[in-house]
Amino acid sequence: MATFLDFESPIADLNEQLEKALEIKAKGKVDVSEMIKDIEEKISETQKEIYSNLNPWQRVQVSRHPERPYTMSYLKNMTTDFVELHGDRNVNDDKAMIGGFAKIDGHSIMFIGQQKGENTKMRQYRNFGMANPEGYRKALRLMKLAEKFNKPIVTLIDTPGAYPGLEAEERGQGEAIARNLFEMAQLKVPVICIVIGEGASGGALGIGVGDRILMLENSWYSVISPENCSAILWRNWEHKEQAASALKLTAENMLENKLIDGIIKEPVGGAHSNREEMFENVKKAILSNLKELISMDAEKRIEERIEKFSKMGVVED
Amino acid sequence: MSWFKRKMQGVSTPTKEKKETPEGLWYKCRSCKNVMTSEDHVAHSWVCDKCGFHERIGSIEYFRILFDENKFTELNRNVSSGDPLVFEDTKKYTDRLASSKKKTGLVDAVRTATGKLEGHLVVIGCMDFNFIGGSMGSVVGEKIARAIDYSIENKRPFILISKSGGARMMEAAFSLMQMAKTSAKLTLLAKAKLPFISILTDPTTGGVTASFAMLGDINIAEPGALIGFAGPRVVKETIGKDLPEGFQTSEFLLEHGFLDYIVERNDLKSNLSIMLNHFQVK
Ligand SMILES: [Zn+2]
Repeated sequence: MATFLDFESPIADLNEQLEKALEIKAKGKVDVSEMIKDIEEKISETQKEIYSNLNPWQRVQVSRHPERPYTMSYLKNMTTDFVELHGDRNVNDDKAMIGGFAKIDGHSIMFIGQQKGENTKMRQYRNFGMANPEGYRKALRLMKLAEKFNKPIVTLIDTPGAYPGLEAEERGQGEAIARNLFEMAQLKVPVICIVIGEGASGGALGIGVGDRILMLENSWYSVISPENCSAILWRNWEHKEQAASALKLTAENMLENKLIDGIIKEPVGGAHSNREEMFENVKKAILSNLKELISMDAEKRIEERIEKFSKMGVVED
Repeated sequence: MSWFKRKMQGVSTPTKEKKETPEGLWYKCRSCKNVMTSEDHVAHSWVCDKCGFHERIGSIEYFRILFDENKFTELNRNVSSGDPLVFEDTKKYTDRLASSKKKTGLVDAVRTATGKLEGHLVVIGCMDFNFIGGSMGSVVGEKIARAIDYSIENKRPFILISKSGGARMMEAAFSLMQMAKTSAKLTLLAKAKLPFISILTDPTTGGVTASFAMLGDINIAEPGALIGFAGPRVVKETIGKDLPEGFQTSEFLLEHGFLDYIVERNDLKSNLSIMLNHFQVK
């Protein structure tokens, strides 16, 4: 059973009709093949219409769709020879942050990303994609490993935020993220960062400093979630839609504001509606960006990376 | 007691700041309710002489404490906020900025300056909590970035006093990216082998903690300051329990290994001078 978001109710209705028609077909007494074709066409049209007009809050909902592909799905479907590497060599292995070497088209690449769970049990296990300091330190360890062997790094960002727990504070959540920002700015290998779902605040940025920052079409990236923004600025939860618009958190907004370098197209209906197409699009984006970056001198790449982030912001002199 | 004399001179020289400490006014400690004259309070670096409570102060006061004879050249004084997102919640961001400017007399939440600290030529940045909670928007990031550039160009150590609730929500992702921007700039300062001394004061939380404030060659805090990534209220909601006593204080961070040491404000200047001597940048 597919999960439909509230604004997808016309699609959900058509889907119900389709299921009924398929039941009739299965009984084999009446020929409903024309009808099925009609409904399928309608579904695709409706989907196209809805998805060509998503507002920011709706995109946030798509980015959190329970069937949306997470980091591990990309690794399993888009790469070969994936070997997961564990642990920060200090405290433990953070299940909300995964990483390891994998190959795309013959290139060995270090992949790192937050991992959300795909069912209730796994969501707990993955701490809802909210990493502790160990996650950020594991990420940094893997980045340094990649740097040592001159392998490019790709990070896949998908988190509602860094974990705001008691132990996270004890073990220096702030320091862990800060250290990553500092170290990522000067990594000698190419770094591509892709927001595949939620890009919430410092927890996202903690693996988000690179030569290319890309966002999936229906992902979001900001300093706070629309819900928390609503709670703080409007002092209630009711203004999340307004907050989503005000925060200018969509891929389109982020590109306009020169805070990211590119957008990766999603299939009509969102990443979850055609996972294969999504994996292919991300793979292509990685390869084309990698091609540009690999040919550059490392010092030049670092200089441009720092220069890019230095230009971010709007001030009046 | 040479520091004491100097401070008294600092108090009496700049006329425009005189109105803050009119004679005959009293200061009541927020912590122990001890009453002292405002003059004494200022002379004690805004620290209670009975319980040692460090009152929150801003860039005017810190510059007065740290720069020799309160002499300094302010850098990029007039860099001010735009409103890139045309942000509006219950209020327009431009209105918030205007009223904050009027209320505080400041341009934004950080001031940067260069001058001498016990003879050492240094660049000092200091955040102002009074300006929208010391929040970091484009101006804070840009002024820190430019102060780092200035430090590198002039080979001067960089000292930054943090005092911030974190990100400035009204600048959304622009605000977030200031974390990356300032941290990236600090790699250039490190490459130039110039010291970066981070001073964390009450409160330092959120995106400021998760960027430059934690990246000092040495991290120093004032006693009893609230320092953390997530705010205490958020942590409390997350764990569903009361927080242990002293959680997220300077002393807690020192104990967990994230600070080099804690220094009382009255000793801050002489301590920094000793550190700068160790770094041998004069
Ligand atoms: Zn007191």
